[in-house]
Amino acid sequence: MRLALTAAALILSSLPALAQTAYVSNEKDNTISVIDIKTLAVVKTVKVGRRPRGILLSPDGSKLYICASDSDAIQVMDTATLAITHNLPSGEDPEQFALAPDGRHLFVANENDATVTIIDTQTRQVAGQVDVGIEPEGMAVSPDGKLAVNTSETTNMVHWMDAVHLTLIDSTPVAPRPRYAIFERDGKRLWVTSEVGGVLQVLDVASHRVFDTIHFEIPGVPRDKINPVGIRLTRDGKLVFVALGPANHVAVVDAHTLKVIKYLLVGRRVWQMAFTPDLSLLLTTNGVSGDVSVIDVARLEVIKSIPVGRYPWGVAVRP
Amino acid sequence: MRPTRLAVIVAALLAAWTAPASADPIPAAASELTIAWLGMRPADPPEPAFIDRPAPTDEGLAGLRLAVSDDNASGRFMHQSFGLEAEWLPPGGDAAAALRRLAAAGVRFVVADLPAAVLAKAAADPAAAAVTIFNAGAPDDVLRNRDCRANVLHTLPSRAMLADALAQYLVKKTWTRWLLVTGPTAGDQAYAAAIRHAAAKFGARLVGEKSWTYTRDSRHTATGEVAALTQDGDYDVVVVADEAGDFGDLVPYDTWLPRPVAGTQGLVSAAWHPAYSAWAAAQLQERFRGQAHRAMTAKDYAAWEGGRAVGEAAMRLRSTDPVSIARAIRSDDFALPAYKGRTLSFRSWDGQLRQPILIAWARNVVSVAPEDGFLHPVTDLDTLGTDKGESKCVLH
Repeated sequence: MRLALTAAALILSSLPALAQTAYVSNEKDNTISVIDIKTLAVVKTVKVGRRPRGILLSPDGSKLYICASDSDAIQVMDTATLAITHNLPSGEDPEQFALAPDGRHLFVANENDATVTIIDTQTRQVAGQVDVGIEPEGMAVSPDGKLAVNTSETTNMVHWMDAVHLTLIDSTPVAPRPRYAIFERDGKRLWVTSEVGGVLQVLDVASHRVFDTIHFEIPGVPRDKINPVGIRLTRDGKLVFVALGPANHVAVVDAHTLKVIKYLLVGRRVWQMAFTPDLSLLLTTNGVSGDVSVIDVARLEVIKSIPVGRYPWGVAVRP
Repeated sequence: MRPTRLAVIVAALLAAWTAPASADPIPAAASELTIAWLGMRPADPPEPAFIDRPAPTDEGLAGLRLAVSDDNASGRFMHQSFGLEAEWLPPGGDAAAALRRLAAAGVRFVVADLPAAVLAKAAADPAAAAVTIFNAGAPDDVLRNRDCRANVLHTLPSRAMLADALAQYLVKKTWTRWLLVTGPTAGDQAYAAAIRHAAAKFGARLVGEKSWTYTRDSRHTATGEVAALTQDGDYDVVVVADEAGDFGDLVPYDTWLPRPVAGTQGLVSAAWHPAYSAWAAAQLQERFRGQAHRAMTAKDYAAWEGGRAVGEAAMRLRSTDPVSIARAIRSDDFALPAYKGRTLSFRSWDGQLRQPILIAWARNVVSVAPEDGFLHPVTDLDTLGTDKGESKCVLH
């Protein structure tokens, strides 16, 4: 029983971070910073493969998957021991990925290769590849597991894939340099940021059409220096958090009115974000300032910044 | 929303009688659009510096080839395909006749690397009126002013843009007293004029001007010419105007005073640079290197921008109708992503592509202009080069 093994491993582990733990990939340091959510401090820094970017946890929290882009590998870390147990065959230059709801199939964007590689994490084999546009980047799988999407940065499209048969269904042009995509929990809407277009777009999943485009305005920041990247949705579907890159702010958007409620000042060049499992905190990675900002979600306030490594990129939080 | 069937058929009919004499044959698709390359080999090319040998023989064209390949990567999701036809003219060749031939064959988009006078004459040919020519080879400001034409767009930055970008950086550093050393060619003189204009525009001062008159190769007989020439009072920086690369590389580390060197050599300004990797430029550099087996130059990049402008407009329009594409490219809403962190568009008053300019030495991009603090009521990109109010261009 995996759960029992994990529990045993956790008990045996000598690490202090038995409570909620955040993992942050440091792109230029080739490390993962481990943060204890209780103390909001780095408790350990672990060496991993070259240029770690996208990271995510297995549903049970026992494994951390790491896109080691320049090692052309996805590394699997045992979160109990913080040791890399094995690599998965990722295809060239993996940058972002998404785990299917079955917890088994990883959809990986291969940035240099114009492909999406699907990996079976149990057999550790490539289950399929789909050709997409140039510089595939954002990846998401629909909550029902039937649909996968990829954004291509240079082709400027959202590519819709059949996640079961691993075929391309359709492509939708979106604003320039789409970086990140995320489905709503009910699977009806897809949210996509365009870094160079400077917008957040909302797509209707049934028709594949863009039905709204949200612009951002921050006093004193030129509009073309607002470069949205990561997106996070609250579980109740009410709020959307958007990392605005070099504008050094996170925008909070009302998911129903599609209006920006607030801009939160965080560290420099904010990339990606992750909620703590209880949804009380949102952690952001700030590439240029080399730190993680901690947002109190209820109060919509930044309460702390935690220094990590150089160019923190991805973040994931384990219960 | 898929393109309407009718639009696809009309575009296919329009494209059907064009000659697909492409270097890289493209499989037939719903609608094909040909982009042509028209280059002219220089009569007496300057000998490349030893470190730059061999000189590329496909400069510019290689950038367009990559653009067409990028266009097709998007196009295959839109049932659009793009072809490339390339023509190199001998020195003094008849560019107007070549343009007439291309226009008669149905080509509506041409990326050109032609000397300014040749380009101006060819673009004025009545047969060229329906063709959009992307100037990817001539930095001459006269093409953006007195000799401007509605059918010519400039993806290569003008000398004014390059000089303004460099001036902003030097002024930001408070290196505002310049010693200008100018070579003998018309291009050198034009670059020097742009430098003088930029100094006045941004508040720098030319504290001395020298002409480089040595004709022999002093690389092997360095006897202090540079030191002697730069022994002339005090200055913050030596600015060299040497477009052919005759002497500019001899100046750094050999000046009378310990001062930096900038201009056409030393710290340079350019739309592209081999050391540039930000904003996913590393991806473009690697794609280019994989295809051309050399580093991408500023001319390659300018040609790539021209080819990509056509593909980007076609994708957004979901149509390969050349008239619609030509109109869309010129609209203020056109937004070309070009690895600079912001989208680019063409200036309505002279057809120049407004774009950030890199400030770089051989191994690093030091800064990207426009620099912070240089303000403009519309876009800070228009602080570089000829702004609307000072343009002498009357488009026809």
